Amino acid sequence: MTSETALEIARSVRSGDRSAVDVVTEALARIEAGDRDVAAFLRTTPARSLEAARRIDSLVSGGGDPGPLAGVPVAVKDVLCTEGVETTCGSKILAGWEPPYTATAVTRLEAAGAVVVGKTNMDEFAMGSSTENSAFGPTRNPHDLERVPGGSSGGSAAAVAAGFVPVALGSDTGGSIRQPASLCGIVGMKPTYGRVSRYGLVAFASSLDQIGPMTLDVADAAAVYTAIAGHDPLDATSIPDVSPDVKGDLHDDVEGLTFGVIRELSEGDAFDPAVLEAFRRTLAAIEGAGGRVVEVSLPSAEHALSAYYLIAPAEASSNLARFDGMRYGLRIEGDSAEETNRRTREAGFGDEVKRRIMLGTYALSAGYYDAYYAKAQRVRTLVIRDFVDAYSEADVLCSPTSPTVAFGLGERLDNPLAMYQSDLCTIPTNLAGHPAISVWCGDDASGLPIGFQVLAPELEEARLFRAAAGVEALVGFKEPACPGVLPGEGA
Amino acid sequence: MSITREDVVHVARLARLELSEDEIEQFAVQLSDIIDHAARIQALDTEGVEPTAHPLPLSNILRDDEPGSTLDREVFLSQAPACEDGYVKVPRILDDSAGGPGGGT
Repeated sequence: MTSETALEIARSVRSGDRSAVDVVTEALARIEAGDRDVAAFLRTTPARSLEAARRIDSLVSGGGDPGPLAGVPVAVKDVLCTEGVETTCGSKILAGWEPPYTATAVTRLEAAGAVVVGKTNMDEFAMGSSTENSAFGPTRNPHDLERVPGGSSGGSAAAVAAGFVPVALGSDTGGSIRQPASLCGIVGMKPTYGRVSRYGLVAFASSLDQIGPMTLDVADAAAVYTAIAGHDPLDATSIPDVSPDVKGDLHDDVEGLTFGVIRELSEGDAFDPAVLEAFRRTLAAIEGAGGRVVEVSLPSAEHALSAYYLIAPAEASSNLARFDGMRYGLRIEGDSAEETNRRTREAGFGDEVKRRIMLGTYALSAGYYDAYYAKAQRVRTLVIRDFVDAYSEADVLCSPTSPTVAFGLGERLDNPLAMYQSDLCTIPTNLAGHPAISVWCGDDASGLPIGFQVLAPELEEARLFRAAAGVEALVGFKEPACPGVLPGEGA
Repeated sequence: MSITREDVVHVARLARLELSEDEIEQFAVQLSDIIDHAARIQALDTEGVEPTAHPLPLSNILRDDEPGSTLDREVFLSQAPACEDGYVKVPRILDDSAGGPGGGT
């Protein structure tokens, strides 16, 4: 069994010590053995994956450059299009759909030598915080199978935390990379909005969605980020500047860095005592290692959640209008085009997706637009201003990633508002469009992981990774759970 | 309760959702809870604050108008629920009295 990082694997494949075919075969075997319990994957693609691995191996034996992530098995959230490979977004409405093109982030990862082994489970259309909203059943947390892995990128988080693969791609609209990374004890990073192309990412809330890496450690996250970031003419919201290579900025220390603790996101009844304890212990370690810790305030943070749950559903209700039963996906015939639309959407969408479409349609409808949607957009401006003030006092900001550890399966399903609280600490960054990362910072008494969130100003990914690597050097990283491994088999 | 049963039925129609009776009852309660919570932002003073629609200061992304390759028609049609003679087949949109293409004459 392995908890090898992506960079370790790539080093051995590039040097010819191991073949990519062996690495990929082992990953597929781990998934086969352990994923019956975890259900991180919706499907694997052994034939394609082994074919890609063989191409890497022949490049290596021919003296060519197989790329910085040569032979690294990766999992891809099922919201990213993969040409000819079923892509469902966790929804019945897209069951069986095979996209005619591949998302830029996936193409770039493959160009760097990584090998996609399968597509991971998710909350339907990325709407949720537990992966229980998938039409294909829930994913379980590898560290406790009776608990959720978080969401919406829960399948990707679980695939890494289970030790199946060292790298997965997720998408983050309000915390969907960082919150499951926190609940599963791995690293999850959301880049600055516009850094990573959204081409081929099925849209949820277009002004908030961003693709990012989910990995075992910070160095892998930086390597994957470097591979997928950069301008893409196929995405009009892609930042035109050159995206710098951030790998050289990891110094593994926090000396001279000022961490601003966001007061509004690190105290209160919403937080598990164990989460706050691990967070404060980490702050003490930072100070002990020569970092500075100051308190900062984001006064509008308490309204960010409300603004988000108006803006994101409003954008979603518009984006999901494309699922009309006409050009692709499910169609349930009715007597008219409109009835076909209605029947298809009623049968194809799950509860949470319908709830958000309803919420968004309401917030945008005549008579309510100014009171809800337009007001929320102004609150978004206030959140951004608060961040500008906070960054005048600190290099990076920090908070717990999630107010709680992984909760039980089914625990929050009947209470949408309680579920939405899971995103309390992650949402403000999405509204501002800034980068942020979650790294493991300890466990509670039952061994459930706790995440430490670091935030940086826009385009300051290098600073973000440096601070996160510094924290990781103080705390270490959590070993994967490796379900499906017989006792004595582990290395 | 801020959202009534009638509101739910009206919004569902706008959103092209055919909700069951149970869903209508459930959504009236749940959407009221969520909207009541979200409505707290109305207490904030946003006088003179510009709205943010998008976090990037980008606008009007232009490129040269050069023809490029497009994806294959057959590939697209292979994913459609129904097709005929190289087109996606959809239900009739105009009724007979409306005339126009597809209208009986």
